[in-house]
Amino acid sequence: MSSPSIGGASRDGYGSALLRIADNPRVVVLEADLGKSTKSCLFRSQHPERTFSLGISEQNMMLVAAGLAEAGKIPFASTFAIFTERGFEQIRNGIARPGFAVHVCGSHGGIHTGSDGSSAQSIEDFAIYRSIPGMTVIHPSDDLAAEELTVQLQSLGGPSYMRTARNKTGRIYDSGTSKGLRIGKGSTLRNGNDAAIIACGVMVERALNAANSLSGEGVECTVIDMHTIKPLDEELLANVANRCGCIVTAEDHSIIGGLGGAVAEWSALNNPVPIEMVGVMDRFGESGSTEDLMREMGLNPEDIANSVKKCVRRRN
Amino acid sequence: MGETLGRLSIDELEEMSKNCRLDIVRMTHAARSGHPGGSLSAIDLIVGLYGSNFRFKTDDPSWADRDRFILSKGHASPAMYSILHQIGVIGKEDIMSFREIGSVCQGHVDMKWTDGVDFSAGSLGMGLSFGLGSALAATMDSSEREVWVMLGDGETQEGEVWEAAMSASFHQTGNLKAIIDRNGIQNDDFVNVQMEIGDIGSKFSAFGWATKEIDGHDMNEVVKAIDWAKSVNDQPVAIIANTVKGKGVSFMENNPDFHGKAPSDDELAIALEELM
Repeated sequence: MSSPSIGGASRDGYGSALLRIADNPRVVVLEADLGKSTKSCLFRSQHPERTFSLGISEQNMMLVAAGLAEAGKIPFASTFAIFTERGFEQIRNGIARPGFAVHVCGSHGGIHTGSDGSSAQSIEDFAIYRSIPGMTVIHPSDDLAAEELTVQLQSLGGPSYMRTARNKTGRIYDSGTSKGLRIGKGSTLRNGNDAAIIACGVMVERALNAANSLSGEGVECTVIDMHTIKPLDEELLANVANRCGCIVTAEDHSIIGGLGGAVAEWSALNNPVPIEMVGVMDRFGESGSTEDLMREMGLNPEDIANSVKKCVRRRN
Repeated sequence: MGETLGRLSIDELEEMSKNCRLDIVRMTHAARSGHPGGSLSAIDLIVGLYGSNFRFKTDDPSWADRDRFILSKGHASPAMYSILHQIGVIGKEDIMSFREIGSVCQGHVDMKWTDGVDFSAGSLGMGLSFGLGSALAATMDSSEREVWVMLGDGETQEGEVWEAAMSASFHQTGNLKAIIDRNGIQNDDFVNVQMEIGDIGSKFSAFGWATKEIDGHDMNEVVKAIDWAKSVNDQPVAIIANTVKGKGVSFMENNPDFHGKAPSDDELAIALEELM
């Protein structure tokens, strides 16, 4: 794969997608004073009559979205990933339990967010939302993927949570390949039989970089963009577990309960293979530049590469 | 069946309330659990609402353009089930299976389980926000449907209620109507022991709502207040209804023990005799 171009941040793709689906009159947008950050402001500027500001009140926003959904609207409600968690019980009891197709988007997720510090760095959102029955959980790897998957949400018919990233990353897809993405289906970016790296979000680019450097050492990896953490693409997992015999997961999230947890649960129950997890090691973040923080937290390509080597040794 | 139950007379409403009260004590007794106190305080208000031209089709409870009744104090589910039985939406066997596995009458009202229930409640403080969303949708649809939300007084201790109150006023949702069941008792004790909330009407007024305080057991006042609330269309409306927890059953009245306790066999006999 050629070196990726620099695109927007995945939050930019979310904003673009809202504009793309605006011709569906059922689509409504809810904000909690962070529309400029989540990029729902793009929809607001074109469709103020279908954009509802709830002020800084996330709990209220979640149930207002539910009320709109009950009447047939398709609400997209966004704030920072960490602040969606303030409305967790509202999402659990008020949205997911009755099964409303409300689409919650949490931007600025993960350590990658950077210098705002630990209060803003949600590293538990996948774990939280993955535990809710019927909830789809998505974390796209670039702006084009975010745009395509957000467009698909309008016909999902059930509740979802999508995390987007604050900062720009290298593009994984182009305008053609991103159209091939489907909610619930992992995207295979590279094939190799020595190990499988299953990544999501900002870690996908890093996983590809790790795979490229490992290739120079004679280790060939499959790399999967598992943008949908729930429902997990079990067919693809079975395929790579059988073919590679070991799996490394990579996520900008706690190693507890996120993508790594989901893959480990599946493997333990279905197809036990050695697994290594690259993620935040059960600690809070701190302020710093994105690059400094990703290095400090062990989320760099060399961390993934080292985990691959360890995992291959364990398998052998 | 038309698009409303019509306007029932005061005598008809009082007779319906009596029948609902009988069912409330019967179903909680049969379930050996449930919340009779807050159901008995709320029932006159609910009956008054449904009997005042509430837009609703008993043969099509999910009619999209119906008025909504959101029982945010979802533990008062026996009150909801009793009126749904009175108007023919659910059967006697349904209400007498209250809280049993598989029953359409879940412990707390749940729209996924029961025809005619407009909200899945059980966690306090969420219904007014849901009602706001529902009211905004009605405006988008250019519909005349109204959204009614009933809250408990203890429930207003939840911060989300005031988030919703502030945003409903900001969005000028004149089609959103709240009824506060001011029975003065919450789960553990009297509201003024747990955390007194003071003059709820003044608080809603300060948030930009039109308010009226009434006796929630005087059916004339109830019906007049509902008519008044329907006439206000430029701001959200809150009716503060002073009520008695456990109203109609002497040993339940104003007794915190019957917030969440069912009557025993002996207590049922006394309750039925008093209510007949």
